[in-house]
Amino acid sequence: MRRLSRAGRDALTDLWLAGPATVMMIVLIFVPVAIVALLSFTDYQFGARSFRFVGLENYTTLFTDPIGRRAVTNTLLYVAVVIPFSMGLALLVAMALHEMATWSRMLSNVLRAAYFLPVAATLVAMALAWQMLLHPSIGLFNAVLSHLGFPRQDLLSDRGLVLYTLAAIGIWQTIGYNMVLFLAGLAAIPRHLYEAAEVDGADRPWERFWTVTWPMLGPTTLFVAVITATQSFRVFETVATLTDGGPAFASETLVYALYREGFVYFKAGYASAITMVFFAFVLALTLLQFRILERRVHYK
Amino acid sequence: MSTRLLVRRAVSTTFVLLGAAIVLLPFVWMLSVSLKPADEIFTREIAFLPTRFEWSNYVEAFTAVDLTRYLMNGVVVCVGILVFQILLAVPCAYALTQRRFRARTLVFGMVLAGLLVPYHVTAIPIFLGLAQLRLLDTYTALILPFVASVFGMFLFRQFFAQIPSDLFEAARVDGLSETAIVWRIAFPLAWPAATAFAVFSVTAHWNDLFWPLIATSDRALATPPRGIVYFNDQESGSDVGPLMAAAAVVTAPLVIGFLLAQRAFTQGLAAGGLKG
Amino acid sequence: MMALREVTRRFGETAVLHGISLEVAEGSFTSLLGPSGCGKSTTLRIMAGLDRPTTGRVLMDGRDVAELTPAERNVAMVFQSYALYPHLTVAQNIALPLAMRRMSRLERLPGLDRLLPSARAKRADQARRVASIAEMLGIEDLLQRKPGQLSGGQKQRVAVGRALVRDPSIFLLDEPLSNLDATLRVQMRAELAALHRRTEKSFVYVTHDQVEAMSMSDRVAVVLGGRIAQVGAPRDLYERPENRAVAAFIGAQPINLLDVAFAPGESSGPFAALAPRTASTTPLPARATVGIRPEHLVPAPGGAVRARLEAVEYLGAEVLLHLRADDGQALRALAPGDYAPPAPGSEIALAFEPRHVHVFDATSGARLALGLERAAA
Repeated sequence: MRRLSRAGRDALTDLWLAGPATVMMIVLIFVPVAIVALLSFTDYQFGARSFRFVGLENYTTLFTDPIGRRAVTNTLLYVAVVIPFSMGLALLVAMALHEMATWSRMLSNVLRAAYFLPVAATLVAMALAWQMLLHPSIGLFNAVLSHLGFPRQDLLSDRGLVLYTLAAIGIWQTIGYNMVLFLAGLAAIPRHLYEAAEVDGADRPWERFWTVTWPMLGPTTLFVAVITATQSFRVFETVATLTDGGPAFASETLVYALYREGFVYFKAGYASAITMVFFAFVLALTLLQFRILERRVHYK
Repeated sequence: MSTRLLVRRAVSTTFVLLGAAIVLLPFVWMLSVSLKPADEIFTREIAFLPTRFEWSNYVEAFTAVDLTRYLMNGVVVCVGILVFQILLAVPCAYALTQRRFRARTLVFGMVLAGLLVPYHVTAIPIFLGLAQLRLLDTYTALILPFVASVFGMFLFRQFFAQIPSDLFEAARVDGLSETAIVWRIAFPLAWPAATAFAVFSVTAHWNDLFWPLIATSDRALATPPRGIVYFNDQESGSDVGPLMAAAAVVTAPLVIGFLLAQRAFTQGLAAGGLKG
Repeated sequence: MMALREVTRRFGETAVLHGISLEVAEGSFTSLLGPSGCGKSTTLRIMAGLDRPTTGRVLMDGRDVAELTPAERNVAMVFQSYALYPHLTVAQNIALPLAMRRMSRLERLPGLDRLLPSARAKRADQARRVASIAEMLGIEDLLQRKPGQLSGGQKQRVAVGRALVRDPSIFLLDEPLSNLDATLRVQMRAELAALHRRTEKSFVYVTHDQVEAMSMSDRVAVVLGGRIAQVGAPRDLYERPENRAVAAFIGAQPINLLDVAFAPGESSGPFAALAPRTASTTPLPARATVGIRPEHLVPAPGGAVRARLEAVEYLGAEVLLHLRADDGQALRALAPGDYAPPAPGSEIALAFEPRHVHVFDATSGARLALGLERAAA
């Protein structure tokens, strides 16, 4: 057998090491993205024998059809509610736990674990737990409400409230994650900055917050905001488990619409257009995130 | 210690304790309902905790639906995905840092670009492809779409880039083939990255509902979240106890894992935020 | 025997090696000595097969080894960072090259190695070999530790043990002592030299430390700016530097390099009283650079060189004198420790032996076959 040259053997080795992953990456990510982009301009239906190009029709439908518009506006509203609350609460908790660690590291760690628990927990199962908690007749929430003399609320069937209820679950689920990021940011602030601020006369806690903590947390905050946004844009599990987008499309979101139009109604073309709109939102946010990261992480 | 400081601490401690109580409430309520006998669930006088513990809900959960099967499917799918992800990502990441080949920049560019694509985006074409190959409703359909983890490649690449190349050159001098270097030297060294990645991958796929909902309609292939959605759909209002028991069982592995290995979990899931 | 023939190496636009030719004789201890960035490590990596020359050839026993991997060349290498595998014990670190060479793929599989009789026998044999190497290096007690638990000197020994274990054809050492403290460095120097005598293998030793190179090697190649400036025995480098750059690089005290004009009537400066002496008939250059080491320039009444004393550094065994000649050129001279220097500003006469004077071409820097002697009055 003829022996390959060293350069030839090296090339084969490179192919053997990086080839499989590259091929799978192309087949499973880049080709599908191209196909979905293409499909979004067609009227293709799963199982259909043919399709035709319809230009931007799917996109105009999405933005003119009341239901399609609901999906877009609901998602934006959901994100707009989750971001400030999840981040604000996470920051408060992180600062409290950061301070607590100076006098009781153990209690601080235990609470940290408690807040982080929803991040690791199976969201579908926890959504059902929330459903039980909020149940109009047998849920703890309404028992307490009626005990206090308020009328019972069916938070998951009320058109006006359902999206906020889902957002509340979303906030509950993301606080722990953001708290961990904020804690890391707080730990990175050098202690001597606080001492310097104190020397300079910033002796009230909120003064120190505005002179040191907030400016130093700036990059972290931006990073957390983008991550929370990209995660919230994908809201699906709670919708699929608890509301199916209802009642009357009051909790319809982009990913749920993509799922229903594509895989329940088999409108592949239309679902592809929804996908592309969803992708555009996430892409814009993630590119923003990379630009922030580039300033913090040094790529070799 | 000044009084002002004490008051401040008291206020902030009360705040975080109260918050933690709210955060934990769904977990406690889930366990509470799952342990309550039916008559304590369906009552006007709702109690926070059961007065007597009833294990029958758990027995019911395992008999009414095939919970064992769902859990097993979850294990098969998560392990299958993780094994293939590592088999593909580790050699590729090694090649990206320790080998010089012409397509290197291009491949790394693809990895970075791949990070921008949420898996929801590829769902329709991959569904089409699997349908063409008649692979829907198989384990393959649940595993195959996730085997190329760009996040894994990125994570391992960043890790390998920090290892001095002396170590790999020493291995070459010692007679190790490149494949042997990947699995005998690079991979064991990347153990911290590997655990972080494993936590991220397993949590993501154990908890995922979107893809199992699309790729399978056969109940025998349901993963845990898919399984409890089936359970929830068929539940007519009387099975609340068993439903909560099933939810608790499904949540338990990751929650217990998290409590036992908090560091690894926090790091793994925090790192996951890098992924778009 | 290993040889490099006109080896060049470019990284993109930057040329790192400009035609290196070098023979490493069987059983010799050859050092590649040069400042950092001179290309000596690249040369070593090319010998190892870890890097490939852009042009030129690498020969082992007369055979071109361009197509052979490091393992196929059977070279052993000790790295500056030691490059021990952090996840393996010392014993496993030393045994790894053996396992990779002597066991089949099947026998190496984790788990199976305990079951296959052939693998068991080979493992036992390896363990014996590792033990004997460990004993030789005095690291028997460390075999079960991980590299993270070792001191610098211990890591160094393990790295040597890993190189030693499989009987390589040549040892390549890349600054192996530079991460050790001074005392340990002296001790390891002696140990490495002893190891070389015992194994009778060829050693190629890369270092920027001339004391290491001079004290251990039988041949030193001075690498400057990607070229070999001179190859020779340590004594040759010191006593007969081939050019100005080598003369400037070698020596504990920097050599005095002075511009001298030879044309009659133009001579000035510290060597004004001296004239060139030549055996050949080649015409004398008008100008040259004269090199003389401080330790060869001693105060002596009636010495031919005269200069003004500017400052004195007392070093214990010696006294370093900073001087300035009347044409403004600086000079250094070493006097014995008991020398009582006169007050700064005084003029001193200094003497030297003619064989200690090196004359270099003023432009090319090449050594000229010239001496200096006191001009006939």
